[in-house]
Amino acid sequence: MIIGEQKPFKELCALLDGHKEILVAGCRSCVAICLAGGEKEVGVVAESLRLYSDLNGKEWRVDEVTVERQCEKEFVLDLIERTKGKDAVLSLACGVGAQSVQSLYPGIRVLPGLNTSNMGAPEEQGVFVEKCGGCGDCVLHLTGGICPIVRCAKSLLNGPCGGSQNGKCEISPDVPCAWDQIYHSLERLGRLDLLEELIPPKNWLPSRSGGPRKIVRPEAVLTPVEKELRGAKE
Amino acid sequence: MKSGSNLEKVLDAGNFAVTAEIGPPKSASAESIIKHAKEMKGFADAFNLTDNQTAMARMSSIASAVVLIREGLEPVIQMTCRDRNRLAMQSDILGASALGVRNVLCISGDHQTFGNQREAKNVYDLDSIQQLMVFKRMRDEGKVWSGEALEVAPPLFLGAAANPFADPFEFRVTRLAKKVKAGADFIQTQSIFDMERFERWMSMVRAKGLHERVHILAGVMPLKSHKVALYLKNKVSGMIVPDGVIERLKDAKDPKEEGIQICVEQIQRLRGIEGVHGVHIMAVQWEEKVPEIVRKAGIDNRRRDPNLKHN
Repeated sequence: MIIGEQKPFKELCALLDGHKEILVAGCRSCVAICLAGGEKEVGVVAESLRLYSDLNGKEWRVDEVTVERQCEKEFVLDLIERTKGKDAVLSLACGVGAQSVQSLYPGIRVLPGLNTSNMGAPEEQGVFVEKCGGCGDCVLHLTGGICPIVRCAKSLLNGPCGGSQNGKCEISPDVPCAWDQIYHSLERLGRLDLLEELIPPKNWLPSRSGGPRKIVRPEAVLTPVEKELRGAKE
Repeated sequence: MKSGSNLEKVLDAGNFAVTAEIGPPKSASAESIIKHAKEMKGFADAFNLTDNQTAMARMSSIASAVVLIREGLEPVIQMTCRDRNRLAMQSDILGASALGVRNVLCISGDHQTFGNQREAKNVYDLDSIQQLMVFKRMRDEGKVWSGEALEVAPPLFLGAAANPFADPFEFRVTRLAKKVKAGADFIQTQSIFDMERFERWMSMVRAKGLHERVHILAGVMPLKSHKVALYLKNKVSGMIVPDGVIERLKDAKDPKEEGIQICVEQIQRLRGIEGVHGVHIMAVQWEEKVPEIVRKAGIDNRRRDPNLKHN
């Protein structure tokens, strides 16, 4: 899932400065799970903005809505009625969601209410940890199911650097050394032999380094005729 | 001969090598490097120039190396994976080679959050083992990593770091083996204070026969005070400083002299370990003490060729 956190309330207020008709838009997907932009958070933010507006004479009219998945057109299209007359949408979805809203409603300013952080997982209640670097060329089969690209501070591929001590990363005693974890995972799996192999320079082309990425599943893409038929149906 | 460097010749001849570290200045003037060069000339076979050590922007290791060459000393440039992608590494190594640099130490580099510009973005396109693989291909096959031919291949003596004090301990020899397989000709270790652990590591190295495939230079660091020792122990990841060393410095009348003495004793002990082919002295901000350490350790028995004559 995508992990994000809300920008500080003061920043949200600053973003909205100069706007009047505001829609706070949340998402029931990842950002709801990481307690940043689900229905509950949307309610809190919207109410706080109304209060702030009253106290500071901003004359904001704040409406609120939460969609199933803000990253998907089909759900964002449902906002047609709710966005009418609005001059700003404060999106509490991830950056993907905010961009979807902007692309479908080009006449309304979409403001990011969250800082989108990473692809991760809930570790325990209220704790969310980065897990995947989205490098486009997964190596988890070589590393005992632990991603060195994003969980090692240096994205090393051939084992822990000289800063690994007592299972901790050199950058902080609060950060586990991913390569220490990899070592012990492979040890449990009886596959320490994998650590003896040289892993050559990585091909970063499938990563962000190759430019913006796009995946096409040809068998799923509609033909022009199918698109026309579907258009007629809707 | 792979590079014809002085360090390579000394090691291949079976001599006990000495390398010493020089930290390039936070300055556009090379004055301090020239000063250190004059102090240390003849007391080490080659001199490491650190590469933005502790992630602080300093004079580049390659530029500093050229200053050393002009002074008649042989440099070992350090190159971190933190600040350069593979394009920059290969281009810098070609340039360094053209300027007369023969020895390069391939290292990951301290994470940028240690430095004074924590907001910086790091690179880590390659790790230090991949860096060795790339440089080895350039030297041995005359090709850049992608396979395209170079007009002239760089004659390099390839170095790598090893830290027997980092974890997991059992992996540390495997990592050394990987570095040797990737192309390391020589190894400079992290500063050794825990001699027992180092000897344990060395026996594992010998058990794998690695001491016959790579020249290991044992790292030593003279300590100025017990406070420095405590700092290294508690604040620097991947360092082990036994209490005995800290106590000795704390109880000493003249801690600085005691620090030199400890370092000298370590060198003497290291010299007797099978497979240790030299020492690497890291006298951080204390470079002027290197001649004294070398003299007291009794390893100034050989005239160290100050004239760079590469074959």
